[in-house]
Amino acid sequence: MSHESLLLAALFIPVLGALAIAACDRWPDLRETVTLVTAAALLLCVLSLLGPVLGGAQPQASLVQMLPGIALSFRIEPLGMLFALVASTLWLVNSLYSIGYMRANREAHQTRFYVCFALALACTMGIAFSANLLTLYLFYEGLTLVTYPLVTHHGDDEARRGGRLYLGYLLGTSILFLLPAIIITWAVAGTLEFTPGGILGSGLSNAAIGGLLALYMFGIGKAALMPFHRWLPAAMVAPTPVSALLHAVAVVKAGVFSVVKVIVYVFGVDRISGLTSVDWLPFAAGFTIIAASIIALRSDNLKRRLAYSTVSQLSYVIFAAALLTPLSVAGAALHIAAHAVGKITLFFAAGAIYTAAHKTDVSQLDGIGRRMPWTMGAFAVGAISMIGLPPTAGFVSKWFMLSGAMSTGQWLPVAVIAASTLLNAGYFLPIVYRAFFLPAAGEAHGEAPRTMVVALLLTAFATVAMFFFSDVPLLLARRLAGA
Amino acid sequence: MTTEHLPALQVVVPLLAAPLMVLVRRGTFAWLLAMLVSWATLAIALALAFQVRADGPISYAIGNWPPPWGIEYRVDGLNSFVLVLVALVASVVAPYARASVAAELPRDQHYLFFTMFSLCLAGLLGITITGDAFNLFVFLEISSLSTYVLIALGSNRRALLAAYQYLVLGTIGATFYIIGVGLLYLMTGTLNLADLALRLRDVDEIRPVLAALAFITAGIGLKLALFPLHLWLPNAYAYAPSAITSFLAASATKVSVYVLLRYYFLVFGVPLVFVRLPMAEVLIGLSVLALVSASLVAVFQRDLKRMFAYSSVAQIGYITLGMGLANQAGLTGAVVHMFNHGITKGAMFLLLGGVSLRIGSTRLERVAGLARIMPLTSFGMVLAGLSLIGIPGTAGFISKWYLVLGAIERGYWGLVALIVASSLIAVAYVWRFVEMAYFREPEPSAAKLDEAPASMLVPAWLMVAACIYFGLDTSFPLDGARLAAQVLLGAAR
Repeated sequence: MSHESLLLAALFIPVLGALAIAACDRWPDLRETVTLVTAAALLLCVLSLLGPVLGGAQPQASLVQMLPGIALSFRIEPLGMLFALVASTLWLVNSLYSIGYMRANREAHQTRFYVCFALALACTMGIAFSANLLTLYLFYEGLTLVTYPLVTHHGDDEARRGGRLYLGYLLGTSILFLLPAIIITWAVAGTLEFTPGGILGSGLSNAAIGGLLALYMFGIGKAALMPFHRWLPAAMVAPTPVSALLHAVAVVKAGVFSVVKVIVYVFGVDRISGLTSVDWLPFAAGFTIIAASIIALRSDNLKRRLAYSTVSQLSYVIFAAALLTPLSVAGAALHIAAHAVGKITLFFAAGAIYTAAHKTDVSQLDGIGRRMPWTMGAFAVGAISMIGLPPTAGFVSKWFMLSGAMSTGQWLPVAVIAASTLLNAGYFLPIVYRAFFLPAAGEAHGEAPRTMVVALLLTAFATVAMFFFSDVPLLLARRLAGA
Repeated sequence: MTTEHLPALQVVVPLLAAPLMVLVRRGTFAWLLAMLVSWATLAIALALAFQVRADGPISYAIGNWPPPWGIEYRVDGLNSFVLVLVALVASVVAPYARASVAAELPRDQHYLFFTMFSLCLAGLLGITITGDAFNLFVFLEISSLSTYVLIALGSNRRALLAAYQYLVLGTIGATFYIIGVGLLYLMTGTLNLADLALRLRDVDEIRPVLAALAFITAGIGLKLALFPLHLWLPNAYAYAPSAITSFLAASATKVSVYVLLRYYFLVFGVPLVFVRLPMAEVLIGLSVLALVSASLVAVFQRDLKRMFAYSSVAQIGYITLGMGLANQAGLTGAVVHMFNHGITKGAMFLLLGGVSLRIGSTRLERVAGLARIMPLTSFGMVLAGLSLIGIPGTAGFISKWYLVLGAIERGYWGLVALIVASSLIAVAYVWRFVEMAYFREPEPSAAKLDEAPASMLVPAWLMVAACIYFGLDTSFPLDGARLAAQVLLGAAR
């Protein structure tokens, strides 16, 4: 197949999968098979695009003209490739996990669940491969809407409240800030095409660029930059597989992916580096990193702690991109992948604990490592990656971010990264300690269902593997940053 | 050749169908004829639109009396677009009306309904196509009188009151319009709109012209429900038969907007209306009030028909806002929103008709668990709601894009904020429906009800599909709207 048709296939495979899943409503086994086959097909499709993209090709395709001069069009550049690769790989693993989780917990509306999941992946692919801001915006909003039924899956009052916050924050920021930002960009630049070096030209003043950057950064609510982060913990009312794939990988990464993309391809790193009006962004991101870590430290609910850890880690990406050095931009791209595999492992573990032991709070986890050694072992790997220690993926991305921070010659970025590393250790290591070194209480239980354990071991393994075999993500990240 | 008579046929076909229906007095016959007639008008409107895009404006002299002495029908890039919208909505509503009317009206009134429907269609098309100020008044009255009857046919007895309210206000509106036309005739001695525009330039005594402008603005403003002249609208929409609510919401107000556009830009002209007079500020101010206040009122409605009626008042505010911006982007946004809001609100009210048929009410608490009972209707309403909000990928997004762009080009930053903020209020009212339909269990008595009949669902979903299609492939409405904006700004004819 030509590259163009492979690209379109990556968009349509999940959509077709969703239709097939809906058609198999009455036969759960067949339905789950369809999910797995679709996820595998998508992964194959993305993998077969990887070779050409590594070789320097940028496959592209165009569908319809949405507005005069702005088509619904796609082009695969290194960052999008990396994002698509991460999302499609983890969808396959997550599907395995979901099957175990949804069945063991006897969740209702499972068909709707799998349909929305597949559609969410279609939107994610659309975001990853978008060639212009309008296409990105279309799929960005689409992702919010198709994940809404997943967040509110339980349909009770708590889910509805969570759903309101989710929709309110995400639609609110994207309509109030992101849309005007895009239209202003169109009015100023006359194009919305993602172009290396940026598209803004020299028409805007220093202050105007700072204002526009603020509209973008706060408008991309999925990146959860404070004060627009509260949707993320609210979304934790969803079943754990949703939190794992969407609120550790697809949705939040769509946010930071858009942030990096806007900084690199709309503003242009060289165009805005040195402007005084963009200096606020590292501070805003640095504040979010530290503040979210402190909230995580004080949260007893495990999923809530993981959610705030996510808020903090997302701002690492924004922070690194905002430093505007080639090394740190590469670090930002790497962190999208590194955080994804690590955090999904942690969420998988949280869901396994809930399924096997019905425990949700950190303070209930005494001695659970002896009853669920595999799960808690994987959790420990994920935690080490969050802290950024070798031999895990988190170390690689942190290394690049730290090198970038050093190269700016300023002490503040280095201090932020150092302080947050300590905080990360502060809220993850006690969990590991409790699980393995404190005596267990309550009735005995074993591991979660096998598919769930297999899934979380796979992602834990990937977290370690990314440390030793980081060539592919490194190559893509370096090509993005020109480093 | 018949093609040269297409402008006359556009109006004559539905106009003549009406007496035929009265003669035969059969509901089924009247319905079949109304359906055929509306499809014929759509074919004519499309033929005219393509002819205009290819060869420029068409002038047709009624009875071969050359303009400006005789009545001229004139089709240009602006009104050909409106003709298509009106005929399109009628063609979707007519097949839908059969089941809806059968459920809501006594048998012996069915033929009357379709008679009035055809007359109303003829009136709206006539207003749009005519190039003569007095002829416009005649068609305005034809469409208004038939509308009063149609609203009064509603099954709820409050429909009578709603029709009466609209009758009083509509008559005031029409009277104001004709006073305005009289003043213009006094000053220029002509009734042909194009001729009026030419002769007004040489009028020295400006005061009667200003009075005419004021009367026409207030008169047409009443008909198009320009804030704060919208008070008749919520009741009329809420109590009219479902098919008529949909037809009126999608076409009648849009035609009145068109009349105002034509008078402002092509008769009085930009120098008088927007330079000498502060009509831009007035229009923008009223539009913003409509956007914000009517949207907020919509959030607190307990009946879905009223909720979306208030939403219509707000959405008309978008159109008049684009008019007030008076630049290429703003006018494109205004004209394309006439189309996009037409199909969006048309879809919404068609689906609501199905709800009121099955549930017997459109009150918010009665639609609890609607997604279980009528999944297709509910999902269609969600999609139409997304288009109301202006989510990308729906028709509503395209209009919003141009309106914001128009405001940015004028440098009205506060306005940009208000436009996007008002679409957030739309999220609030659309989500009141979503939470009621999807998060509640249906009442035990309602749980056994069926989905709406196919004859209603298919037309409604055609409109829903159009909301999505014209949000992605925008070339048809957008080319039309851009041409119309050029006509209005004098850049094209």
